[in-house]
Amino acid sequence: MFRTALRNVLAHKARLIMTVLAVVLGVAFVSGTLVFTDSLGKALSSQSAKSYDNVAVSVTSYGSVREDDGKKSEPGISQQTFDKIAALDGVDSVAGRVQGFAGVADAKGKLIGNGWANSGSNFAPVKDGKDPRYDFTGGNGPVQPGQIALDKDTASKGDYQVGDKVRVATNGPVKEYTLAGVFTTEDGQVNAGGSLVLFEQRTAQKLYLQPGYYTELTIAAKPGAKADTLLSEVKPLVGENATAETGAALAERNAKDIEQGMSGMNQVLLAFAAIALFVGIFLIYNTFTMLVAQRTKELALLRAVGASRRQVKRSVLIEAFVVGVISSAIGMLAGVGLAIGLRSAMGSFGAKIPDGPLVIAPSTVLTALVIGIVVTMLAAWLPARRTAKIAPVAAMGSAHLPATAKSLVLRNSIGGALAVIGFAAIAAGAGMGSDGRVVIGFGAFFSLIGIIVLIPWLSRPFIAAVRPLLQRVFGVAGKLAAQNAVRNPRRTGVTAASLAIGLTLVTGLTVLGVTVGKAVDKMTTDVIKADYMVAMASGNSLDKSVLPALEKAPGVTAVSPQQAGYFKTGDDIYNAASGVNPKGIDQLLKMEVVSGSTASLADGKVAVADKTAKKAGLTVGKSFEAKFDDGKTERLTVGAVYKENEFLSPYVLDAKVLDRHLGGERAEIRQVFVATQGGESAANEQKIVDALGSNPAISVQDQTDIRNTFGGIINMMLNIMYGLLGMALLIAILGVVNTLAMSVFERQQEIGMLRAIGLDRARVKNMIRLEAVVISLFGAVIGVGLGTFLAWAIGQTIKNSIPDYALVIPFDRIGIFLLLAAVVGVLAAMWPARSAARLNMLTAIKTE
Amino acid sequence: MTTMNFAPNTTAVAARATQLSKVYGQGETQVVALDNVTVDFVQGQFTAIMGPSGSGKSTLMHCVAGLDTFSAGSVRIGETELGSLKDKQLTQLRRDKIGFIFQAFNLLPTLTALENITLPMDIAGRKADKQWLDKVIEMVGLSGRLSHRPTQLSGGQQQRVAVARALASKPEIIFGDEPTGNLDSRSGAEVLGFLRNSVRELGQTVVMVTHDPVAASYADRVIFLADGRIVDEIHRPTADGVLDRMKAFDAKGRTS
Repeated sequence: MFRTALRNVLAHKARLIMTVLAVVLGVAFVSGTLVFTDSLGKALSSQSAKSYDNVAVSVTSYGSVREDDGKKSEPGISQQTFDKIAALDGVDSVAGRVQGFAGVADAKGKLIGNGWANSGSNFAPVKDGKDPRYDFTGGNGPVQPGQIALDKDTASKGDYQVGDKVRVATNGPVKEYTLAGVFTTEDGQVNAGGSLVLFEQRTAQKLYLQPGYYTELTIAAKPGAKADTLLSEVKPLVGENATAETGAALAERNAKDIEQGMSGMNQVLLAFAAIALFVGIFLIYNTFTMLVAQRTKELALLRAVGASRRQVKRSVLIEAFVVGVISSAIGMLAGVGLAIGLRSAMGSFGAKIPDGPLVIAPSTVLTALVIGIVVTMLAAWLPARRTAKIAPVAAMGSAHLPATAKSLVLRNSIGGALAVIGFAAIAAGAGMGSDGRVVIGFGAFFSLIGIIVLIPWLSRPFIAAVRPLLQRVFGVAGKLAAQNAVRNPRRTGVTAASLAIGLTLVTGLTVLGVTVGKAVDKMTTDVIKADYMVAMASGNSLDKSVLPALEKAPGVTAVSPQQAGYFKTGDDIYNAASGVNPKGIDQLLKMEVVSGSTASLADGKVAVADKTAKKAGLTVGKSFEAKFDDGKTERLTVGAVYKENEFLSPYVLDAKVLDRHLGGERAEIRQVFVATQGGESAANEQKIVDALGSNPAISVQDQTDIRNTFGGIINMMLNIMYGLLGMALLIAILGVVNTLAMSVFERQQEIGMLRAIGLDRARVKNMIRLEAVVISLFGAVIGVGLGTFLAWAIGQTIKNSIPDYALVIPFDRIGIFLLLAAVVGVLAAMWPARSAARLNMLTAIKTE
Repeated sequence: MTTMNFAPNTTAVAARATQLSKVYGQGETQVVALDNVTVDFVQGQFTAIMGPSGSGKSTLMHCVAGLDTFSAGSVRIGETELGSLKDKQLTQLRRDKIGFIFQAFNLLPTLTALENITLPMDIAGRKADKQWLDKVIEMVGLSGRLSHRPTQLSGGQQQRVAVARALASKPEIIFGDEPTGNLDSRSGAEVLGFLRNSVRELGQTVVMVTHDPVAASYADRVIFLADGRIVDEIHRPTADGVLDRMKAFDAKGRTS
């Protein structure tokens, strides 16, 4: 039987090609993901291990901690501790470190790199005058207060040479430094494309902490000294607000973190691979169904000469097994290629990935093979089971019998029941608010399965609906195409289903993304009246000095910070508060007042968001005790209740009130809103930038910029999703090609007859193409419908967390999806249509 | 009556092959399927082409009907010379001037009987001549079955649909490729009867390839092919006469 199966595989090479391709693509996705993440993880952890090579013990400060008595502990590790550790017996050298944000301006004053990846640290020379973490490729480390060193990439991006003046912004104002040196480093963040500025030690301490303090110490041991022994000696010296660990332990923890990060990425990618494989099942199923149907006579002959049902069934399964093995093996290799490609693709997007060997774990190979074989055999199982029903007498039949249209009644009832359950669950979940998401998930699963089961039945009304149009526009070719598409409703359905799955996901994500994007957009335009929003590119707090600077700027009419603060009320509940400038706030942010007046803010009163007011039982005129961060309590009176918005914390008060309780800490200014004379204009923006001292670390955004920031994130996420779903869609397209190739093959005689009685080649091609377009569009319509419905349901559950939520159906994008589906049909039909048009009429019309 | 217009006109030629040759392969493996065949198919006549397997009878029909290309010689359908036509023009010619009846019926299972009958006209984008269509349908006795699909019809009924399809577009010539090959003798006789009637009453020209002497006896004229050449012909044949002639070739073939 094995030999028969093998011969069958070889005999049907051409018809199996799409099946093989589908499995290859699915398996390649799986193995590519595994190889890529394994290799990346390995490279990252070996890189991190390397950076801890010379570290025997590391001490890290938690930062200043408020003690119970309200006093603060030391801000970091003191120089005294440093000196004590350095004096220990086994210690070779100690390097202290402080770090924070540092943005480098290029020649045009723009920030190099992207905000959150711009860091600064101190140059910490040890005994030989070198800092072991950095290799200088030019110049030396900064040893004077006015000197800095830059990582090589940042220096070359800014076109800076040693000796050049470089403008660097930290959290304070911008300063000009002289570039003393350029270095390379194993630092992970720098390797990932971030920038790093090294300052002279005292300068860095002043910028980031306090002179004489460090956030981190790395201790190198003398030869022969054990790290564990050192650790036990260091521990008593570091005090309460710092922790000491051996370098080895740190490296291990780092490796674990990396592994965890990788497994998250792994799971996401594998989920998409699973979708691709799931879609592939439909294609494989179709192929084996056809192979079995075509071989009815052959299989009957086997039965007639004495093969048992089981043997016949097994021969089909063995065939599937062989196909599975071959395609998984190819898929595995393709996956390795994919992993290599992915790595270089990410490299070209600027994310530098550390070099390392390609890791092909035995488990990866095993997983890829098992998945490929199991998926193929699973998909072939139903068709194989059907062979058991072939009667031996079928071998004697003269011609192959037309497939008897088995009743779809049972199938439709099951599918209908599943779909109804699914839709009911989705609708119910939509009504349950944010708790409904799990219910919707179940509903989505059931309704998708239900629709897949029902899809042959659904194909009839759909095609009946488009038939008149096709007939009118394309004449007889259109009419025949529509009829051919419903000829084998199961096959058409299964083909369309694979497209429908992909498009359900694509449409669902798109509708949700666009809806959320629109809501955020509306919120921005509704709330922000200011012309400009000023913030740190790094997302850190702005320096207090920007407020007077902006107020003094020419053309500025109103300025208000959005200063974050906290206070406790009642039973130790922490409340977030926004400190604003009462004088300018009405011009800058729209606070929809429900009761009271925002003018009361100037009197030190507080405005409370409506939902919070309701929960806390606060109304205008009521007052409450607020315990601030510095331990002091103040009685606050409610002056206004306003409608909650995303830009302000639930309690809004005069920033001066917050300032009173800072207790020597920096004010946490998230944004500063600015209104200008005459509104947004290039000149006004320039005035603001100038007022801020052309600080590259500060971003000045107008309303469009603010909206684009959110829109950009949503678009980028959608594009990534489209990319990941691309594989599933590609397999669905292969499915359409497969189905059409089968149809053309089965209808050779008919096509020959049509050619003989006068249908020209162009119209034969049209007929096949239109059939493909009808099938693709059918799948697309189902997918778009289901996807929109799901997006609506999920939207209902997130509605409450987004004010002004309104479902937006992006008809333009949906139109593009449908158009693309039609294009997919035309493309998929290219090869089958050509072979149909080239069919030799004479062989086609000859009877067997 | 319109039938008068289709009265046999013995002088006009519906199709003509002149020194027609068809050669497959090259050199040693060369097979001559048609060897310098010259034949006229006169308008309003029912011609049967006979011959043993491999005699070239099907090839002759395919070449004359514009389904196959030929190596040398010329073929005319009416006034049109086929040798110079491109595929597109040939297709159009088949559509407008030729009707076909195949052994395996070759109906489209997705279309009803009526839709199958009007298919060539649908392809051409022409409206069917209603009167003519009714007449044809009545003649083949399908009036009650027009909305049936081919799978709901018997083999004989299916072939009657095929005959109606060939007649419906009033082609200049109808070619039949073993039209009774898949039918029982009664249904076969019916179909042949329709073909003969279409010639006698409607003035249609019919050329049919067959290996069945009884089928050939319905024709006005039988031509015999052997080894790619026309070796004989009978006018107004009888089944026995044809059979005798066949036997003679067979014997000759065996002894030579």
